[in-house]
Amino acid sequence: MKRLITDVLVIGGGAAGMACALSAAKTGVEVTLLEREPVVGGVLNQCIHNGFGLQFYQEELTGPEFAVRLQNEMNQEKVTVIGESYVREIDVIKKRALVLSPLGAFEIFSKAVVISTGARERPFGSLLIQGDRPSGIMPAGLAQRYVNLENYLPSRKAVVLGSGDIGLIMARRLTLEGVEVVGVVERMPYPGGLTRNIVQCLEDYEIPLLLSTTVTKVLGNGRLEEIEISEVDESFVPIPGTSRRLKADTLILSAGLLPQVEDFDNDLRVDPINKGFLVSNTGESSIEGVFAAGNNVAIFDLVDYVAAEGWIAGRHAALFALGESASGDRIPVFRGENVGVLVPGIVDMEEHLRLYLRLRKPMNKGTVILKELDFEKAFSYGVPSEMIQIAMNKEKLAPLIGAGRLTVEVR
Amino acid sequence: MQAVVVGGGVVGSLIARELSRYRMKVILVEKSEDIGQGITKANSAILHGGYDDPPGSLRARFCAAGNSMFKKLSEELKFSVRWTGSIVVAKNESDLPKLKELLENGVKNGVQDLRIVGKNELKKLEPHISDDFNFALFCDSAAVTEPWMVAIASAMNFAANGGEVITNDEVVGGNIVQGKVVEVHLRSGRRIKSDLVINAAGLFFEEVASRFGIDAPKVKLRKGEYILLDRKASTFVRRIVFPLPTAEGKGRLVVPTVDGGVLLGPTSIELPGFTPEDVSTTDEGLVSVRNSGEYLIPGIDNPVWYIKSFAGLRPETDQKDFYIKRAEEIKNFITVGAIRSPGLTAAPAIAEYVVSKIVPEAEVNLVERDDFVPVIEERERIKEITFEGVAQLIERHPEYGRIVCQCNEVSEAEVIQAVRDGARTVDGVKFRTRAGFGRCQGGFCSWNIAKIIARELNKDLRDVRQNSEGSWVVDRKVRQ
Repeated sequence: MKRLITDVLVIGGGAAGMACALSAAKTGVEVTLLEREPVVGGVLNQCIHNGFGLQFYQEELTGPEFAVRLQNEMNQEKVTVIGESYVREIDVIKKRALVLSPLGAFEIFSKAVVISTGARERPFGSLLIQGDRPSGIMPAGLAQRYVNLENYLPSRKAVVLGSGDIGLIMARRLTLEGVEVVGVVERMPYPGGLTRNIVQCLEDYEIPLLLSTTVTKVLGNGRLEEIEISEVDESFVPIPGTSRRLKADTLILSAGLLPQVEDFDNDLRVDPINKGFLVSNTGESSIEGVFAAGNNVAIFDLVDYVAAEGWIAGRHAALFALGESASGDRIPVFRGENVGVLVPGIVDMEEHLRLYLRLRKPMNKGTVILKELDFEKAFSYGVPSEMIQIAMNKEKLAPLIGAGRLTVEVR
Repeated sequence: MQAVVVGGGVVGSLIARELSRYRMKVILVEKSEDIGQGITKANSAILHGGYDDPPGSLRARFCAAGNSMFKKLSEELKFSVRWTGSIVVAKNESDLPKLKELLENGVKNGVQDLRIVGKNELKKLEPHISDDFNFALFCDSAAVTEPWMVAIASAMNFAANGGEVITNDEVVGGNIVQGKVVEVHLRSGRRIKSDLVINAAGLFFEEVASRFGIDAPKVKLRKGEYILLDRKASTFVRRIVFPLPTAEGKGRLVVPTVDGGVLLGPTSIELPGFTPEDVSTTDEGLVSVRNSGEYLIPGIDNPVWYIKSFAGLRPETDQKDFYIKRAEEIKNFITVGAIRSPGLTAAPAIAEYVVSKIVPEAEVNLVERDDFVPVIEERERIKEITFEGVAQLIERHPEYGRIVCQCNEVSEAEVIQAVRDGARTVDGVKFRTRAGFGRCQGGFCSWNIAKIIARELNKDLRDVRQNSEGSWVVDRKVRQ
C-alpha cells in the first residue's frame, strides 16, 4: 500500500474533473486526479462530432479536441493523474480515500475533495419492458463506444428509444456508417434533445421521429429480432390497438442519464429533482471541503457548462485546501412554479451566481423570475430539453441576505 | 465403466461430481454453451428450510437434507451462501393455524429452528415489514446463494477429478442392446460408449427420455418472473420474506441476494404448451411482482432501484413432485426430472441419493477412488478482500488493480480467471464474476469484457457472444 498526500483530490477525469484539476492547480495547490480509464477525457473521447467548446473556448471543437485541449493545459500544471484507478472507499470527513489501480493500492489524504463522477446511462433493465432478453439492446453511449473507439459496429438495423441528444447523435452516426436506423421513438409529445440535433441528426437524414410512442415489447432468441412499439396517452399508458412491430437487431437506448451519486450519497445530500449532489454556486456540497461538479450535480446540456462549473469548484476546493476559503453566507434556493432541474441549491454570497434551470413542460413564452432579486428574464419559447442559464454578478446578490432565500419561478 | 450425464444444470453437475468419486469415466453433456444456464440461472436462488413440502414427498425428503449439505458443499466448492434465514408472514389471528401447520410440517420434514413470533419481535427483526402483518414463522436455516455457481463449481471440480465436460452438444439418442444403453449419440456425430446414462436434462427430461424410447411423465412448464433491485434496496430487508403459501406455490417473495441486491418475485404461471425457449417477461407479471413486493415491504417497489427484469421456467408434472426413477425398460437409464422448487436446495441430496441408491440398481459397480479431491481452489474476489490484501495481490498481479466492473468492483484478473475457468461469453463472465450484474447492467463494462474474452481466447470481437448461439455483440469493423 502506498501513501499519498495531496491538496485537492479530484475523482473523475471527464470535462468537469479536468477543468477542476486545472483551475485548482492554477490557484496554487497540488492536485491528484483519479480517472478510471487509461486516459482522461471521459465521454468526450467518444463524442467525435463537433459542437463543443463554443462558450468555454469560444471555438467550435469536437469532443476529443476539447478533451485534449484541457489535458494539455492540465499537463502544464501540478496535476498528478492516476489512470485506471478506482475509489474503493472514501471518508469524506477525514478526506481519506482508498484507491486501487494497476500501479498499486493508494491511501490518499487530501485537504479538499472534488467529486466529478459524471453520469451513467439508464439501463434497459430499469425500464421493465416486457419480452425476451436477447443481445442487441444497449445504451447509446455503449454503441458510441463500440463505433468511435473500438472500431466495431454493434448493429445492422436499429431503432432508437428516447430522443435525448446522445440517441440523436447515434442515429446519425450509425446511419453514416451504413446501419439502417428505422426510427427514433419518444414517449413524450416533444423531443428530448436539443433542436439543433433534431434537425442535424434526424431531419437531414430522413430518420423518422415517432413522438408519443414507446417500445412495449422486445422479441428475439439470441439476438434481438423485433421491437413492438405503441402510441401512448398523456400519462404514457399504451393506447390499445396502436401497437405495431418493427424488424431490428438493435435497440439503442437514450432513456436518460443518471447522475452517479450512489457511492457518496450516504454522506452527501442529493437534490431529489436534479437527482444529483446538492451544491452551492462554489460547487461545495453539504459537507465542508467536499465539492461536486458536472453531470453528477445535474444533467447539463453542454460540456461548456460542465467545464465552467468544474472550473469554479476547482478554484474553491483549492482555496479551501489553502485555508483561504472566502466562503460567505449561504442562502438556500427554492423552486417555484414550472421549475424542474435547478442548480445551484445554495447561493454562496462570495461567488457570482450562474443559475441553470429546466422548465417542467414546454412553454410558448414565459419569464424566469428570481423573486427576491427583483430579476426577470423573458423567453419566447422554451422546452425542458434546453437549459436556461442566467448569470449574475455577486454584487447584485445583496438583497438575498435580508430575504434569507432565493425563489426561482417561471411564469 | 463409462457414464454419461445429460444436462449441466445444478442437478446434472452435482450428479456428475458425485459419480466422479468412483472409478469410472464420466462425461457431462450440456447443450448450451455454458454450465448452469437453464433453470439453474433464473430462479429465486433460495436454500429453503423445507417446511412447506408435503411430508412423504420426494421434495420433503430431499429439501431439509439438501439444505444441511450446503455448508460443507459451499466450503468445498467455494460458492457464496448467505444464511439470511426466512420468514413467512401472516396478517390475522385466523392465519395462525396455517403458520402452525407449516411449523408442524417442518418438524415432520426434519427442519430445525422453526418458531412463530408476534408483531413486536417481527418488527424488531424486520423493521420494514408492512404493519399489516402480526405473525411470522421464522426459519433460521434458509439461505440465498448463486445457483449457477453451484453448477459451475461442481462441474469444475468434476473436471479436475478427471471428468469430461462437453458443452454446445446434445444427446440425440443411443444404441440399446438387450435392455441397456450401450452407446450415446451426440448431435455433433460423436458416439460415447456408455454403461450408465443419467438424464438430468431439466426442462427437457421427458424429451431426452423419449429419445431412448422411455416414457416419462408429461412435463408442464411454469414461468416465474422477477425484478432485480439495486443494492440500495437492501436496507429494507434482511431475510427472505414469504407471504402465506397458496395452492399456486410459495407466492411472490422479497429475497435479499448474495451480492447485496434484492429480488422480487416470482410469478407462477403455467404455460399452455411446451415452449422451453419462452423466458419472456409480461407487463401483467411484472406489475404483480411489484405489487406483491410492496404488499410485504412498503417502499421496496421504488422505480429508482429497478435494474433488471427476467423470467425463468421450471418443469412440473401432475404429481407436483420430483421424478427420480430408473427406467423399467432400460436398466441403466435413470431420469432425474421435474426438479421444481425446492430443487436447488434438494440437489446435493438428490445427487447423493441417485448415486448411492439408484445407480447400484442399474447394475453399475461402484468402486470408490482414493484420489478424489472434493475441493476447488478459491477464486479471488477482490471485493471480499481487505484493502491491504488487495494491495498485496496487485503487487504480484497488477490486473487485480484494474477494475473492469465498477458497480460490483470486479478486477481484470477475475475476468481473466473466469475465462480460464471456461467462460466463453459475456454472460459466462458475468455469472462467474458478477461483472455486469450491478446498477449500470454492463453499460460501462460489457464492451471491455467482450474485448478481454476475445483477447484471452485469441478471437475476433465479432466471434464473442452475449450468451447463446446467435447472440452476437458486434457485426463488423467500421474501418478495416
